Amino acid sequence: MHATVARTASGPNLRQKLAARGFDAVTLLVLPAAIFSLCLFVYPFAFGLILSFEPKNGGWLANYQRFFADAYLYDTIYKTLALAIPVTLLNLVLAVPVAFRVRLMRHQRLLTTILVLPITLGTVLVAEGLLNYLGPQGWFNRTLMTLGIISQPLRLVHNYWGVFASLVITGFPFTFLLTLSYVTGIDPALEQAGATLGASAWQRFRHIYLPLLMPGFAITFCLSFVQAFSVFPSAVLLGEPAGPTRVISIAAYQAAFEEYDYSMASAVAMIMGFVQLAIVIAVLASRGLFYRGPATGAKG
Amino acid sequence: MAIALSQFNEVRLDRVSRDFGALNALREINLTIQRGEFIALLGPSGCGKSTTLNCIAGLLPVTGGAIWLDKSRVDTLKPEERGFGMVFQNYALFPHLNVRQNIGFGLKMRGTPKAEMERKIDEALNLVRLQGQGHKLPGQLSGGQQQRVAIARAIVIEPPLVLMDEPLSNLDAKLRLEMRAEIRRIHNELGATTIYVTHDQDEALSLADRIVVLRDGLVRQVGTPKELYEAPEHLDVADFMGFRNKLKGKLVASSNGRAIVDVEGARISGRTRETIPDGSTAYVAIRPDDLVIGEPGGNALAVSVDTAEYRGREFVGTAHTKGGLELVFRSFQAVEPGTAVHLVAGEDNTLVFSEPV
Repeated sequence: MHATVARTASGPNLRQKLAARGFDAVTLLVLPAAIFSLCLFVYPFAFGLILSFEPKNGGWLANYQRFFADAYLYDTIYKTLALAIPVTLLNLVLAVPVAFRVRLMRHQRLLTTILVLPITLGTVLVAEGLLNYLGPQGWFNRTLMTLGIISQPLRLVHNYWGVFASLVITGFPFTFLLTLSYVTGIDPALEQAGATLGASAWQRFRHIYLPLLMPGFAITFCLSFVQAFSVFPSAVLLGEPAGPTRVISIAAYQAAFEEYDYSMASAVAMIMGFVQLAIVIAVLASRGLFYRGPATGAKG
Repeated sequence: MAIALSQFNEVRLDRVSRDFGALNALREINLTIQRGEFIALLGPSGCGKSTTLNCIAGLLPVTGGAIWLDKSRVDTLKPEERGFGMVFQNYALFPHLNVRQNIGFGLKMRGTPKAEMERKIDEALNLVRLQGQGHKLPGQLSGGQQQRVAIARAIVIEPPLVLMDEPLSNLDAKLRLEMRAEIRRIHNELGATTIYVTHDQDEALSLADRIVVLRDGLVRQVGTPKELYEAPEHLDVADFMGFRNKLKGKLVASSNGRAIVDVEGARISGRTRETIPDGSTAYVAIRPDDLVIGEPGGNALAVSVDTAEYRGREFVGTAHTKGGLELVFRSFQAVEPGTAVHLVAGEDNTLVFSEPV
């Protein structure tokens, strides 16, 4: 590797110049990652993009025209958003108070481990568990019926709420961990200063923590949202894949493996990516409204 | 000056204790502070001085005793209900708010009308000499300026008590001296009551009306800077007041507040406040300033010089005796390491203490 650099760089002068700009032999360590992302991300993306403009029938835009003309297809965008956005917001709203509490705890690691378990279990196992637990003959309904609170089992799976519950369970740990790292990154002396200045607990959150955490919340929202938006297994297992939980990834799956129309599937994937990107850009751009410097007390 | 601090007569700490599990960080601290006083809490790290301050501020609950502001008990109140102004060691300025918003934070929390708030912020900015810097964010200010903002923010809420936790420890030496004078000026101009935590004896001596020396969670001595400097009551307080030489020996004789101690065969005499039995172990405490090269004889120790550091007007040397006692002394001329000299202790400033318990 080093020899290549020496040959291409004509003499030590150029090498020194490059080094001054931050390019030296160490820069080559970027190569594996660059190759990796080129092969596994850039190439398939470009391939899919081109493929989506080569439909089975019709002009080069035919796939997109078909998607936006057919309610059965374009409705998947709303259905996915109707799941992903409330789930992400709920996770964030739940994660903040928990993170604020955990921040002060001594056995933080134990609790963090417990909370992270659902991530390692994977969505399919969680979906299966929920089917047993929340199903018509599941413990949840049986307990409520035994206690006489309900007479008929509640319908909690094979609909919107089944998918919703599974997305909250699998998404929460991720959202929580990110939130916790942002919350603990704020100098506790700032809150103490707020308290000595007469701010109540709510005012300290509202005027000190919230403004400093907003940029972090935006990133957390984006990452959690992207995860929830690409929901597939739980939408099939716990939802109504033909009805209210026919999310966009199901549409792509059907195009690819039921109609064997890879071109159409690519187009759906592109639309899915575009919607995600649009939301992420909008959220990240809003960070500009907030303070984004270091969140510790400025040092002397 | 329109910033008028709340009126009261005294703050009283009544047997205040604070335990962290099995550790007694504060053990029954008793202290009464009069309005207008500048009190320094002085001690080595871990002595409980910051804990005391945090207990007064309400950032740490006390585990025993009570804190009184005149007739009202404050240790049961939340920090936001006490209304004491606090200056933090790292300033704890809100990084997302500009200087004016930082200073106005406490006023805003109190729902102060806008016009009055602006006027008070202006006055506070004038007081700390930061006119024209109001729109800047804390990150754009130098350390000294941030310090001024932190002080302005604490005093603008007109607190009965201003608490400062090692406020100068993050500044460089020159700025520290400047800000020290500023803090005293602001204290005087406002007629504030200030409790100031520091581990720096110079700071405590130059700023405070009274100094409280703490060690292991206990009050060791309370007194004016002059009292502490000239007549420390314990060996550890003396150590903190610059008596760097502590020589162990045997008491030979004592009378009328004077004692003679045998240190490795040399007779050293000094003042004492204690009655120490003849023949028992005693410590002689001498400041480096009061230990100079001289003639053999009374109050002199034979030593061999180890180092001599140039300090401008003088040299500060280290030396050891035959018996291995380490000494720090002052010299007006250069001395070569290895030279054998006699160090003479000034009688009036030499103190004799009994063995610490």
